[in-house]
Amino acid sequence: MAISVLIPTVLRKYTSGTDQVVAHGASVREVLQDLERQFTGFSQNLYEADGELKAFVNIYVNEEDIRFLQDLQTPVQPNDTVTILPAIAGG
Amino acid sequence: MSQSAKALLAGLRRQIQEISPEDVDKKIGTGVKIIDVREADEFKQGHLPEATFIPRGFLELRIEDAVPDREREVVLYCAGGSRSLFAAHNLQELGYQNVSSMAGGFQRWKEKGFDVVIPETLSESQRKRYLRHLIIPEFGEKGQLKLLKSKVLLIGAGGLGCPAAIYLAAAGVGTIGIVDADVVEESNLQRQILHNAAGTGRPKVDSAKDALLAQNPGINVITYKERITSANAEEILRDYDLVIDGTDNFPTRYLINDACVLLKKPNVYGSVFRFEGQVSLFVPGRGACYRCLYPAPTPSELAPSCQEAGVLGILPGVIGLLQATEAIKWIAGIGEPLIGRLVWYDALRCVTRTYKLRQNPHCSVCGEHPSINTLQDLEWACAV
Repeated sequence: MAISVLIPTVLRKYTSGTDQVVAHGASVREVLQDLERQFTGFSQNLYEADGELKAFVNIYVNEEDIRFLQDLQTPVQPNDTVTILPAIAGG
Repeated sequence: MSQSAKALLAGLRRQIQEISPEDVDKKIGTGVKIIDVREADEFKQGHLPEATFIPRGFLELRIEDAVPDREREVVLYCAGGSRSLFAAHNLQELGYQNVSSMAGGFQRWKEKGFDVVIPETLSESQRKRYLRHLIIPEFGEKGQLKLLKSKVLLIGAGGLGCPAAIYLAAAGVGTIGIVDADVVEESNLQRQILHNAAGTGRPKVDSAKDALLAQNPGINVITYKERITSANAEEILRDYDLVIDGTDNFPTRYLINDACVLLKKPNVYGSVFRFEGQVSLFVPGRGACYRCLYPAPTPSELAPSCQEAGVLGILPGVIGLLQATEAIKWIAGIGEPLIGRLVWYDALRCVTRTYKLRQNPHCSVCGEHPSINTLQDLEWACAV
């Protein structure tokens, strides 16, 4: 299933500067795995040692935070948009 | 054929329903619209609770904004009960079907000992300065008085704090506090619009204060030339109604968040990175906080501050003004506050996206069983 993924500025170095890519998968975890296949190194900063997402990286399926859905198991469907949104601090 | 004013009034008394002060008192708070049709100097000396002031000379022009529904019950009053009869007649001609005039007017209302509200009013110079606010029906003098009485604390006089502060000052926020320990550097001037080339090397709080008072001499500006820490945060925040987080690093953002949760202060959050920005409003007890959004501090390799990362100068202008807008809405009590939503803005595509921001029941500071009960400074190496 083709899912649209919005790439945050800090991770665009892995996607040749592209801010929106297409990935395949039936869950958020599968989408992230596909992104790693397409863009080597993409997900190296996203996970804790135990495989959980780091607490400063938010992932949304459409407008919902996956922490309040099924985390990485959250299912995705065609036409869904996945947003990766790490914390930013600048002022 | 002409008739005397007396005869005209007698005729109106037969056509217009008159209502006693006792009955008006019972109707207050039940959805009836009470309109004071006297002149401004009379209204200023006292009026009925919940009365809307529309002098008789402007009644026909303003009534549709004040009472769009022509079937709504409207009670008019003046000083003695005569002008309100003429006014009621005019409203009937405009199609208002349920209009009455308070018998004996404000004079009898006072004699009967019912509640009188003495309005706080603006000075003549304030009236001129804030005229464009005053003529917005949803904002008006009421909104302006709220702004003038409000106290807003800006933490950081940088990219976000400068644009927010100048508009808050212009809008008439009565007291603006600014916390910043830094001095103005040349590299700040690309975005930090309160500072100027001649002020390089000056404390940012001094430079900011001069700019704000030059814009609006009628406000108070209080400066704190220090870093906000766990030791001073509560003392500084205590007197303010609302905090604007315009800092440039994670440890201070967590500290501000925790202080605002513990002191129950609304916290308008904004942050920027290169071409993108985020905004939200955290109100303790009403929705998520910063730790609900990002539970744990970020390692700096994924999120450097502006110093390391660069930022398009105009971007914090956009985000800082969204923060200031939320502050003004919150203080004036208008619109829908940005609680429970995170707005993300991408300058390059010129798009905004809104994400749901839910309160985390396990949040370490605002959750059901918080582990953070006192302020602590985060151990942190800011520089990469």
